Amino acid sequence: MIQKLSTAAVLALAATSGSASAEKIKFEYWYGLTGDLGAVVAETCNRFNAAQDQYEAVCVGQDGYEKAVQNAIAAFRAQKHPTLLQSFDAGTADLMLSGEFYPVHKLMQDTGVTVDWADYFPGIANYYSASTGEFFSMPWNSSTPVYYFNKAHFEKAGITEAPVTWEGMEEAFKALKASGQECSLAYAPSSWIDLEQFSMAHNIPVASNDNGYTGLDTELLFNTTLHVQHMENIQRWITEGYAAIRTQAAGKTSRDSFVEGECSIFFSSIADHNTIHKIAPEGLSWDVQIIPTYEAVERHNTVVGGASLWVLSGKTEGEYQAAAAYLAFLATKDEQQFLLENTGYIPVTKSTYDALLAEGFYAKEPFINRDIAMKSLTWTEPSNLTKGLRLGGMIQIRAEWTAEVEAALAGQKPMKEALDTAAARGNEILARFAKTYEGKSFP
Amino acid sequence: MRRAHFKTSWIVAALLAPQLLVIFVFFYWPSAQALYWAFTLEQPWGGGNTWVGFENFRNVLSDPYYWSSVRVSVIFALATTALAMGMALTLALFVDRQLAGYRAFRVALIWPYAVAAPAVGLAFQFVFNPGAGIFSYINTISPGLWDPSRYPAQAVLAIIIAGAWKQVAYSFVFFLAALQSIPRSLTEAAAMDGARPLRRMLDLQLPLLTPTIFFLIVINITDSFTDSFGIVDTLTGGGPFRATDLMVYKIYSDGFRGFDYSGAAAQSIILMLLVIALTFVQFRYVERRVHYS
Repeated sequence: MIQKLSTAAVLALAATSGSASAEKIKFEYWYGLTGDLGAVVAETCNRFNAAQDQYEAVCVGQDGYEKAVQNAIAAFRAQKHPTLLQSFDAGTADLMLSGEFYPVHKLMQDTGVTVDWADYFPGIANYYSASTGEFFSMPWNSSTPVYYFNKAHFEKAGITEAPVTWEGMEEAFKALKASGQECSLAYAPSSWIDLEQFSMAHNIPVASNDNGYTGLDTELLFNTTLHVQHMENIQRWITEGYAAIRTQAAGKTSRDSFVEGECSIFFSSIADHNTIHKIAPEGLSWDVQIIPTYEAVERHNTVVGGASLWVLSGKTEGEYQAAAAYLAFLATKDEQQFLLENTGYIPVTKSTYDALLAEGFYAKEPFINRDIAMKSLTWTEPSNLTKGLRLGGMIQIRAEWTAEVEAALAGQKPMKEALDTAAARGNEILARFAKTYEGKSFP
Repeated sequence: MRRAHFKTSWIVAALLAPQLLVIFVFFYWPSAQALYWAFTLEQPWGGGNTWVGFENFRNVLSDPYYWSSVRVSVIFALATTALAMGMALTLALFVDRQLAGYRAFRVALIWPYAVAAPAVGLAFQFVFNPGAGIFSYINTISPGLWDPSRYPAQAVLAIIIAGAWKQVAYSFVFFLAALQSIPRSLTEAAAMDGARPLRRMLDLQLPLLTPTIFFLIVINITDSFTDSFGIVDTLTGGGPFRATDLMVYKIYSDGFRGFDYSGAAAQSIILMLLVIALTFVQFRYVERRVHYS
């Protein structure tokens, strides 16, 4: 309380007299990452506070992305919100339309911080910027999906190269089975990987209006695309005994199953690259590969996952200046490298990536091949269908997809019917969202 | 009997005010807010809302998955209430008989009530884990026989058991207190007339317990409807395939996770009406069979 009062007093003083004060300007930052990753976020704040003596970042963990956004909304309604919020992609459609944020592009301009926006990878930039190309939020912890495979299992089965097509994947399943490997793929339904990133890599739509970018009257289309056939294939692989469902609810996650050597392959974010290095038992030889595509389709880029940093409205000029300084600090090559070394995330700017390549960063363990994610992300220039998704109620739509797919995998209904239901229910959610924000459109 | 009265009404008002204020701030105000939101489409970050009349209610009530959520909530409430009260009564009768070690049991049996629902859910996750839990022994009979992540009925059973376990302690305390308030002379007289313990329980103690039983039915059912969130969240997450998507859990997932404040508000109003209706039915029809003295 006393601290708060003194901060307020200092801010008032600074605002009225404009005199330089020895007290630091504080700003609050709420982040969603937890555990080891949360500790890394906290560490970036410490590093920022130690690197300069003008500003002080007060960083508060919120126990998960979802809770970070929920808490920020509740706090915002009471006008006690933080200046900076780490928000995940699925939680931002409401924030974008509410207009209750300070676009980072404008923030940096107003506070006189120069940022080379063109330096950001297009697959990342498009996700976090307006149709005019200006950034809403600051990319930070970014990832994209890949698959992890057990090298020893592959060698035993005589697979020399990790397949990059689903047809090749099926051949690999058969070879693994023939070599005595009971479970080839540890499968956990993930709308992010199986639906969203799959559709990006195949350049097929998830929804109309260029996946929601050009209007709010969007309808889901995933029940009419190659996605249906892919999900039917997954179902077939499970029935034929190549794949097995491994989820937390079923008692073991797909990652644990992979690490224990039970299953040979699992799909996940590149962010797990660091985790597996930490938890894998001695002697587990493994590697990563880009997510496969079907042979008939020309591969496209995948898009970024993870979270970005949003500057919320209604704060003081001093706090904005402090937040801008912190964001600029995070974007430096050193700080990006700090994040990469301590997590599985990927660089967000071309210059940092190039510098790391030149230094041989990705040629050393434990970072070898981690930049496969960069290949996936930059495979092509983003098309209208591979910029990302702008869907309201994304969290609910994902939940509908997951529940229906699980029901289909359990044999309760055919996969096509399940996806039709998920799309129809998702469309109701989109219609409600459009009605809630009638007359508005994504900036 | 003469009753005491305060002379001036302002003293009454002053004494009531703090309590009324608390109820207003923590109950009527939020309820009124929810009621208002239920008839609008509310933007989560503020910024206004649109009046839509009964549309939120129509949407919810025309959703077949919502009705399955209502059905499983009713099943859950009735089953946990029956199971918890049955176990609590049995345990209380034994403790009341002052069997060996009853003092220790009396304390130990109250503890589970102090365990938070999410902790109960987590603990039962280990119990029900199909790969490593106690229930995995079922799978030694035939592999895959027990797997609540695949079989909806088993998942419902799992949350019922966990929910009932949590409720036992509360009912136990009330049953034991009620049993101990039955005059010893009555049981002793019955014993002298040759009634064995079981006969005394059925013909003497149970009829004298009816007010407690009625009270506990009302409380347990209300509690099962409104306080099941933590167990579902940690144990099943509403799955598999929405099988354990209880009404209160659906309100949370739509409102807080999905930012659909208005839809969740409409569901809260429906849940409130349902609980009020059930309580009314209980007072109207069940209470007739209760003997208070």
